[in-house]
Amino acid sequence: MRVLGIETSCDETGVAVYARDGGLLAHALYSQVELHARYGGVVPELASRDHIRKLLPLVQDVMSEAGTGASDIDGVAFTAGPGLVGALLVGALTGRCLAWSWGVSAIAVHHMEGHLLAPMLEPETPGFPFIALLVSGGHSLLVEVNGVGRYRVLGDSIDDAVGEAFDKTAKLLGLPYPGGPALAQLALQGNPERFTFPRPMTDRPGLDFSFSGLKTFALNTWRESAQDDQARADIARAFEEAVVDTMVIKCRRALHQTGIRQLIIAGGVGANQRLRERLGQLMAEEDGRVFYPRPEFCTDNGAMIAYAGYRRLLAGQTAPLSVNVTPRWSLEELDPADA
Amino acid sequence: MAIRLLAIETATAACSAALYIDGEIQERHAFAPRQHAALVLPMIESLLVEADLKPGQLDAIAFGRGPGSFTGVRIAASVVQGIALGAGLPVIAVSTLAALAAGAIRETETQGVLVALDARMEEVYWGRYVAVTNRVPALQGEEAVCKPECVHMPADGIWIGAGSGWDSYGSMLVERAGERVVRLLPDLEPRALDIANLGVDKFGRNEVIAPEAAVPVYLRDNVAREP
Ligand SMILES: Nc1ncnc2c1ncn2[C@@H]1O[C@H](COP(=O)(O)OP(=O)(O)OP(=O)(O)O)[C@@H](O)[C@H]1O
Repeated sequence: MRVLGIETSCDETGVAVYARDGGLLAHALYSQVELHARYGGVVPELASRDHIRKLLPLVQDVMSEAGTGASDIDGVAFTAGPGLVGALLVGALTGRCLAWSWGVSAIAVHHMEGHLLAPMLEPETPGFPFIALLVSGGHSLLVEVNGVGRYRVLGDSIDDAVGEAFDKTAKLLGLPYPGGPALAQLALQGNPERFTFPRPMTDRPGLDFSFSGLKTFALNTWRESAQDDQARADIARAFEEAVVDTMVIKCRRALHQTGIRQLIIAGGVGANQRLRERLGQLMAEEDGRVFYPRPEFCTDNGAMIAYAGYRRLLAGQTAPLSVNVTPRWSLEELDPADA
Repeated sequence: MAIRLLAIETATAACSAALYIDGEIQERHAFAPRQHAALVLPMIESLLVEADLKPGQLDAIAFGRGPGSFTGVRIAASVVQGIALGAGLPVIAVSTLAALAAGAIRETETQGVLVALDARMEEVYWGRYVAVTNRVPALQGEEAVCKPECVHMPADGIWIGAGSGWDSYGSMLVERAGERVVRLLPDLEPRALDIANLGVDKFGRNEVIAPEAAVPVYLRDNVAREP
């Protein structure tokens, strides 16, 4: 079975071909980051306008790179949510109609399920069950994964997602959008002893996340500081430590609560080196293992959608001709897909 | 003309698909705000099943390329890109305003149509059309998005006013048009039937494009503000 995957839920156009034999045959990504940078955030209408110009050339490139003709494709997977409605519609309709005209099945994929299953694209994969820490620009989630489509959300963010908190804090320190990676870079030069930030919601039971307070704490610390380069780096360091430490505490709790000893990290913030380091230590202490997708599959991409679609098509699921996209969609609403 | 052409139009609250086979047209049509993505492919499928055709047996696919609702025109463009690439078909981009003019000409047998589609933000999408051979409307001047008080009214002649702009900004437009406008069709929606007819005409003149070139014409391009 060969599946073409299409991702257009936000500001990246991603396309990939995944095959039962050979795994990931080709993938390509077009990022709109520069397009939105001058607006300080994603402008939904501009995102949709760009997807519709970029998607088809990307499909053509990926198919030829995969050495795949139309007759080799057995299914088309598209992201149907959560995400921006207008952006989702472009990929969903194009994908659904491609499948129809090829006479093959289509499958609607939940974007976050794509992220959850992304570690399966690597040579060493976890078996079920595992705990997933999904940390991106739009989400902070701890999920118990018992199989494809068998998800229990253990913890969720009650305000800003982790990536969002990174970006907002970076912005108030004067770093260009999207500032998460730049803030992490700057933190390397920071003195970890100078400031100590709170670890939100770790003093009470539960696995939910709240990061908006940290942003305010960073702002106040900045205002009271000399506002020079060293202060900027020290605040970045203290902020990163607090965020990472909070995630480590919650992950440890999730492991203890469920007795599960495998952890996967996905989403854009999964690229953060400090987080990887600390979670590596945690899993060594817990006698477990941690798995990551390669950095380019931590952020939005077509490969994870092709793979999730492949798993669902294998289980006999398909999408109807009627296309529906779902901007807000819980992982727990998904049907199990047991092949 | 001996041609098999599929046409879709989703730029307004109406959603329609039409199949032209050698001069005969079948159409599916629904007034269905926010339902276009759900309705359009089932409409297309039912037309092809009824005609016992596979997508690859079509000669071309035409779509209403706008202007109109941003999401609406993108729905048509996305559907057309997918089908055209999948079935290896050339694409024909038809103006949604021209389709509205063609509808008005078809229904009233008049020659001149002033098309105004409500563009929100106190503006209209505006186009002046005059029927030529085969009831194909020809654009006079350019399509524009502007305030109703700024549209380019003809100096003389006899015209019909068509489209939702004549409803939303009726009194302003009628006042400006005066006696030159003899009849209003404010409820008229662009339809795939007319996209099909105009598409066949363009196909005959070889005005076809590649699947990836099937992108919307929005007219309104200042859609984001810098902070
Ligand atoms: N090294 C890093 N350290 C901290 N944050 C990072 C790092 N690299 C990327 N990020 C953050 O990751 C986020 C982008 O991740 P991703 O592309 O997965 O999210 P998204 O598309 O915005 O959200 P979602 O996938 O939830 O819809 C941004 O907020 C970015 O700042």
